[in-house]
Amino acid sequence: MGRIQLKNVTKRFGKLEVIPPMNLEIDEGEFVVFVGPSGCGKSTLLRMIAGLEDVTSGQVLINGEDATHVRPARRGLAMVFQSYALYPHMTVRNNIAFPLKMAKAGREEIEKRVTSAADILNLSSYLDRRPGQLSGGQRQRVAIGRAIVREPKAFLFDEPLSNLDAALRVNMRLEISRLHQSLGTTMIYVTHDQVEAMTMADKIVVLNAGTVEQVGSPMELYRNPVNMFVAGFIGSPKMNFLYGDFAADRSAHAIGIRPEHLTLSTQSGTWKGSIGIAEHFGADTFLHVTLKDDTQLTVRAEGENNLGHGDIIYVTPMDGRIHHFDENEMLRRG
Amino acid sequence: MATDHSRITARFMISPAVFLLLGWMIVPLSMTIYFSFLNYNLLSPGLEEWIGLTNYEFFLTDPAFFEALANTLQLVLGVLFLTVCGGVGLAVLLDQPMWGQGIVRILVIAPFFIMPTVSALVWKNMFMNPVNGLFAHLAKGLGLEAFDFFGQAPLLSITFIVAWQWLPFATLIFLTALQSLDKEQIEAAKMDGARKFNRFYHIVLPHLSRAITVVILILTIFLLSIFAEILVTTNGGPGYASTNITYLVYAQSLLQFDVGGGSAGGIVAVVLANIVAVFLMRMIGKNLEN
Ligand SMILES: Nc1ncnc2c1ncn2[C@@H]1O[C@H](COP(=O)(O)OP(=O)(O)OP(=O)(O)O)[C@@H](O)[C@H]1O
Ligand SMILES: [Mg+2]
Repeated sequence: MGRIQLKNVTKRFGKLEVIPPMNLEIDEGEFVVFVGPSGCGKSTLLRMIAGLEDVTSGQVLINGEDATHVRPARRGLAMVFQSYALYPHMTVRNNIAFPLKMAKAGREEIEKRVTSAADILNLSSYLDRRPGQLSGGQRQRVAIGRAIVREPKAFLFDEPLSNLDAALRVNMRLEISRLHQSLGTTMIYVTHDQVEAMTMADKIVVLNAGTVEQVGSPMELYRNPVNMFVAGFIGSPKMNFLYGDFAADRSAHAIGIRPEHLTLSTQSGTWKGSIGIAEHFGADTFLHVTLKDDTQLTVRAEGENNLGHGDIIYVTPMDGRIHHFDENEMLRRG
Repeated sequence: MATDHSRITARFMISPAVFLLLGWMIVPLSMTIYFSFLNYNLLSPGLEEWIGLTNYEFFLTDPAFFEALANTLQLVLGVLFLTVCGGVGLAVLLDQPMWGQGIVRILVIAPFFIMPTVSALVWKNMFMNPVNGLFAHLAKGLGLEAFDFFGQAPLLSITFIVAWQWLPFATLIFLTALQSLDKEQIEAAKMDGARKFNRFYHIVLPHLSRAITVVILILTIFLLSIFAEILVTTNGGPGYASTNITYLVYAQSLLQFDVGGGSAGGIVAVVLANIVAVFLMRMIGKNLEN
């Protein structure tokens, strides 16, 4: 149970309009990721859904019911904060039990649910510690545990992994995905990291300056970005954008081609360039190539090669992988 | 940073300050101890003689001593109670976003800048005076009989005045502590279904516990030696009703010119203060760790 709809929702801080009218539907059981650059209003949007921030106008519906003026606790949503927001003076057990205590659950009920949450999250041996005595990843799990025990209609995550180191982040990413599979609860996840968005989401909402640029599954956004913003945001390394003659040849304002959609040759090809930097990752090599007019291009090549600075190479875009954009930076169809 | 080497250097560097402070303390303390063993009255100078523990015997068996001891405790505990409860309440109020916050905060802090003698006199003459005081006028306006604060409830009145003076200090410390409370914790508690009171009780109050400990420790030290407020309002009276240990020592040595007895009282006060300090540290000093 957890269908969330936003109808013409707007948000202003004084004169500053952070979210212009926005419509969005989140279906039951979906894993939705809000992604966008810093300051684009992701947190604000999430907090409006949670009820921590007032909506300036418009409606928030939860399971079809108007929740716009319902206080946070009554919305039946659980939130995991970026800072984890654990209660420092309480043990892990009491942290997890807090929402249940507030809901006046019985002693055995609390014990049962805390134990099962701790089992799911591998926290059983830390229950009597305080948050200060835990590692970042463990704190993260406590915060998730506190959300789980309430059996919410939906989970809201605000950049939950940004305080963790890279290796742990990959781990927790998997754990959250696994949690979503086993619980089947709606999850809304905010991040500015497109890798998290691509790997975890059923549906990605790309935000820019408070407006929705595109909504779709990760692969949809990857294959058919509707504009240059989405095209540049989704995918790593970033899509290459070429202007000037390169675009004019194909009668577009700009063309975009992903590094992995370029083939490489030392003999012949569409574009000729020289390698500036070669980044060897082992499995792949990313070549930063300079074409004519100082145009920069990133190309993915296989890992085992001995190309390096100064080598002259030819690059050819794969058939049908070029995106054409018009003056408004929108995708030109056909 | 705590290598052995840096620790030794640190000790060495602070030693001049430590020795200075030690000397500063040792000289008057040893003189007081010395005087407390003498029969030393300013009315008969030059006749000092060693009388051992007699001064202590007199001071400790004086019924006024026990009354002063009880008064001291009552004063300290009363003021602590008022300042901590009032301070927490005021701090929570001042922490709310409101119009004119800056000015209100300055107004609340203001009493702290007034000298104890002045504020006690203002309270005594302008508010609590049974004839001209504001409270008397109010009572008359309501058709009641004016209350003689310093005659009927001297200790309580002084407690109130002192609490009024220290309230800003407590409020200020609690307010700073409140501002360091992570807003996301409050929001998390909101999401977890905690209403206002529960948020205060489960999140804000525990967060303030360290600040409360600090305020109690600091205030206790100052409150054990309240003097000016008593001197300018009741002179310790009626009888010994508002005499605390500090005032008793003063009465002994400067009103009765008995330097020996006063010194003995002073030493007793020092011992008592240390007992209280150890007690406090044991009881709530734990709060300051971790
Ligand atoms: N309380 C506030 N008062 C005024 N402006 C605010 C307030 N909170 C946020 N903003 C503004 O609203 C915009 C969106 O903020 P928000 O926190 O939603 O960004 P975000 O997308 O979460 O960014 P990040 O990825 O850095 O967390 C920003 O421009 C920010 O300056
Ligand atoms: Mg944010």
